[in-house]
Amino acid sequence: MNLVLSPDLRHIIHAHVEGTYPNEGGGFLVGTLSGDQRVVTEVHPVQNVFASEEQFHRFLAEDGTFQRIEDEADTRGLTLVGYFHSHPNSPAVPSEFDRVHAWPHFAYLIVSVQNSHAVETRLWELVDDRSRFNEANLTIKE
Amino acid sequence: MASIKIPTPLRAYTGGQSEVQVSGAHVGEVLNDLTTQFPELRQHLFSDDKLRDFVNVFIGEEDIRFLDGLDTEVGASDKLRIIPSIAGG
Repeated sequence: MNLVLSPDLRHIIHAHVEGTYPNEGGGFLVGTLSGDQRVVTEVHPVQNVFASEEQFHRFLAEDGTFQRIEDEADTRGLTLVGYFHSHPNSPAVPSEFDRVHAWPHFAYLIVSVQNSHAVETRLWELVDDRSRFNEANLTIKE
Repeated sequence: MASIKIPTPLRAYTGGQSEVQVSGAHVGEVLNDLTTQFPELRQHLFSDDKLRDFVNVFIGEEDIRFLDGLDTEVGASDKLRIIPSIAGG
């Protein structure tokens, strides 16, 4: 999987997860899909509705947001290509919780946030048999 | 025949189709028909023949967990939808 993200959209993602620090933040990535290539054209931050005392290490997208954003993308000929979430005070590497809840063929962008600053952003993809993530190719460009 | 909307991440297993025609009198039968048509879907929807916790199935606007679960009746013109819970940690 290859994912292209503009610096401006990356800034929106980083600003959101720096704002939710020390809790996790996240949202959806909408764009175009052509073969193995995904280009993000929109970022949609959403509310984290996991139990508030667990949000420092858990993220759950608000009910209804997946179907709303998927429907809007489908209607406009775009694709819901993936989602992003943060790992406060942890590396931008998927956890076991991430793996169990992940979907294949979906871009998983993870941002490590340390002391309120996004310090690393990496892209992951769940393999078809659900056994692990592979790191995927993230390109930052206009 | 009822139809079921496939979430974007799983369309890779339905040849890119976002909606599939399915048969069955109950949700369980409908999902069995779906995974018979597209066997690679099964491991992402079920674990030990139980629907995974983070897989939500709706008939219209109703979550089947608040109806009769996999025993919920399905009408010939019903529209079903699979909606994943999106979570991380």
